[in-house]
Amino acid sequence: MQASTTPAKASVLSNLNAVRTMIRRHKRNDIIFASIGLIALMLALLTLVTLFVDLVLDGYPKFNLTFFSDFPSRRAGSAGLLSAWVGSLLVMIVTFLTAVPMGVAAGLYLEEYAPKNWFSDLIEINVSNLAGVPSIIYGLLALGLFVYGLDLGQSILTAGLTLGLLILPIVIVSTREAVRGIPVAIREAAYAVGATKWQVVSDHVVKYSQGGILTGVIIGMSRAIGETAPIITIGALTFIAFLPPSPITDVAPYLNFEWLSASFTVLPIQMFNWLSRPEHAFHINAAATGAIIILVTLLMNGTAIWLRYKIRKNIKW
Amino acid sequence: MTASFIGNTLIKSITLKLKPLMDIATNSPSLITTTISPRLAKNLRRDIKGRVIEFILMLAALSAVFTTFAIVAILLYESFGFFKTVSLVEFFTGKEWTPLFEDAHYGIMPLVAGTLTTSMVALAVAVPIGTIGAIYLSEFASHKTREITKPILELLVGVPTIAFGYFALLFVTPLLQKIYPDLPGFNMLSAGLVMGVMIVPYIASVAEDAMRAVPMSMREGSYAMGATRFQTALRVVTPAATSGIVAAYILAISRAVGETMVVAVAAGQQPNLTFNPTEGAATITAYIVQVAMGDLPHASIGYQSIFAAGLVLFAMTLGFNIIGHIVRKKYREQY
Amino acid sequence: MMNTTTAIKAESRNLDFFYSNGHRALKSINMPLYENKITALIGPSGCGKSTFLRCFNRMHDLYPGNKYQGQIIMHPDNTNILEAGVDPIEVRMRISMVFQKPNPFPKTIFENVAYGLRVRDEKNKRTIADKVEEALKGAALWNEVKDRLNDLAFNLSGGQQQRLCIARALATDPEIMLFDEPTSALDPIATANIEELMSGLKEKLTILVVTHNMQQAARVSDYTAYMYLGELMEYGDTDTIFTRPTRKETEDYITGKFG
Repeated sequence: MQASTTPAKASVLSNLNAVRTMIRRHKRNDIIFASIGLIALMLALLTLVTLFVDLVLDGYPKFNLTFFSDFPSRRAGSAGLLSAWVGSLLVMIVTFLTAVPMGVAAGLYLEEYAPKNWFSDLIEINVSNLAGVPSIIYGLLALGLFVYGLDLGQSILTAGLTLGLLILPIVIVSTREAVRGIPVAIREAAYAVGATKWQVVSDHVVKYSQGGILTGVIIGMSRAIGETAPIITIGALTFIAFLPPSPITDVAPYLNFEWLSASFTVLPIQMFNWLSRPEHAFHINAAATGAIIILVTLLMNGTAIWLRYKIRKNIKW
Repeated sequence: MTASFIGNTLIKSITLKLKPLMDIATNSPSLITTTISPRLAKNLRRDIKGRVIEFILMLAALSAVFTTFAIVAILLYESFGFFKTVSLVEFFTGKEWTPLFEDAHYGIMPLVAGTLTTSMVALAVAVPIGTIGAIYLSEFASHKTREITKPILELLVGVPTIAFGYFALLFVTPLLQKIYPDLPGFNMLSAGLVMGVMIVPYIASVAEDAMRAVPMSMREGSYAMGATRFQTALRVVTPAATSGIVAAYILAISRAVGETMVVAVAAGQQPNLTFNPTEGAATITAYIVQVAMGDLPHASIGYQSIFAAGLVLFAMTLGFNIIGHIVRKKYREQY
Repeated sequence: MMNTTTAIKAESRNLDFFYSNGHRALKSINMPLYENKITALIGPSGCGKSTFLRCFNRMHDLYPGNKYQGQIIMHPDNTNILEAGVDPIEVRMRISMVFQKPNPFPKTIFENVAYGLRVRDEKNKRTIADKVEEALKGAALWNEVKDRLNDLAFNLSGGQQQRLCIARALATDPEIMLFDEPTSALDPIATANIEELMSGLKEKLTILVVTHNMQQAARVSDYTAYMYLGELMEYGDTDTIFTRPTRKETEDYITGKFG
């Protein structure tokens, strides 16, 4: 036995040396690929940073308060964003009021009520299909249906409804995901004390999934704020140097709905408008507007991501 | 126990019998109160309320079906008007697209060529970077790196496309012109490149999902054979996740084809039948934007032409989305 | 049965193992693996037998935060395979493993078996084909698959898949083979096939097998170790363990009073 060990040992050792050389070579490939992978991801991130820095540097001269309080103008130097940001705000109100109730209701129906049959399948297929429809198609829908079909014109209402439909799938999907996360035990506990289905849904299911729904709503709204194509398609690319009538008045009933049918402009449209001008001076305005839009959407998305992270950390069913 | 059971059955049978009645006369509580006890009436009112709520929620869910239906209906209706003037043969085989000129031609090919060229440039960027990024995230990155990187990618998805349009026109194009001075100010190359970077996070996250769905036991099998991370990623995980990765590509094509603002701003608005990315050319989406920016009378042929173009775009993206979802479903069923 | 001249292929010395959550899953294990013998690990679930097995090919290194203490010495070169300087890949190239559930790759039958060779940069087609055939024969699968080597491995039955995984592990001529409950997902006929296979394999290599099936341990193994709560309670040649265990706990487990 002693005699056989030594040659065996020698062969194992020489074999091991070959193996070790090979492993070193393989590991080098690992490191090379890992570096390439990291660079690939950094490239995406780097583009985002470059884009933002580029916009900030180009638009730097316009970062002052008058930019927000001036109307657009034929002269680039004195042109401002007033009608655009007010327009964006008002359109977002309509979008919010359209997409949130409808989206949450649809999500609740699909998760809590819908029987598993062809009917719910049909709805589900439509929701996932709509999420993949290009935004400009929604613009065509709005042009044919809202602007001319229902004769709503190129108004804040039309734009708000259009963007509302556009982000509907986002709200539906996030509602469903949030609701799905609630364990059956919670529902059973509520049923056990005699609650009706709607009481269970409204008092418990919606309440506990609020955070998740909110995350989806914020992401959807941030998408809507930056959307340009559908709004252009409804024909809203016009020179707007006035504000819509105020939604709040000083006489009873203190609310006024004329603003809904007013023509308008929004931030991304104003940016596109300035960007399509040949004069460089207008490009400065476009850059400043772009930086503002990115900042707003980054803040909203950042909030949503942070919120989701917090929900995941806190809730342990 | 037995008594309550009988009681419950009784209530149920009464409710069942009354249901048709309620459906017809939901607004006649007198009918209910006169026939049954107050406690049962309360249950019935509750039941009615529950059904009304369910109906309202269902209507909301139906809005998705309605929207799809409305999109198809509007596109078909307006296109129908268009195809009364323009023959399908001319539309699909014509090599010129000039609906707004005196001498109008209605061949969609130049717009389709522009759309495909910008999309191909975008994919040439996004497919390798997105796939490598996905492999890195799924197989190489530490838990912490992943936790930091994924939200950043999500942020990138949230950046409005008009901002990328600015970037393509006023940053990337001038940069490319330094290397290639003959490049026109509007060109499909820079629009495609920027669109590609825009799509990277999309491919990366869908492909990464597919790779992470590959069961750990398969990775263990590979590592147990002495494979390195790279070998495992390349030889086992990527092949196992193929259908999911392919789905990511297909969904990305659909994205690129439907993308509007980057191409409308940076690729030019001149229909141009070419597959050369260094030229400028309008895409389907850019054409729709261009027409919508002008003031075309409702029901004119120019107005209808954007719906015909939109129908082609919708059909293309729908096709890609359906194929993508089928492929994706396949990998979900696999494990 | 105990043969005093049998060489020790590997041995664990004071082996402790901690999972990333701090749980101490193995407590100071000392145990030899005799060359060309089958050693079985038995014990109730959660006793650490799989954890112990997976130390031998450093599988725990795949998950961050796991920690080994102590040694596993491999002979004849006296390498402590748990040492930080020893690459887990090197260890896995010497010690292969068959898992609880068959885990073939999404490749053809041929490519599954050839995987280890490709990972080792073997380029010679002749060598690969020969090795694949040899390994499939060694795993008693050759006759069933020789006409469809280019079929996907997923199309095989569960028992065939597990034998394919054995062939995959065999193709690279490992010094030790680890089996982690290799038959728990299989029917009795497939189980009998695999047990027969293992008995044949020990001519060429050393086997460590985890099993929850006591009859299996009694049927196939030469040595048996009974583990409980991360400790090695009793170790000895299989006949002794099953007929005259020295400890009460071992006897209770083997006779089915516990576990």
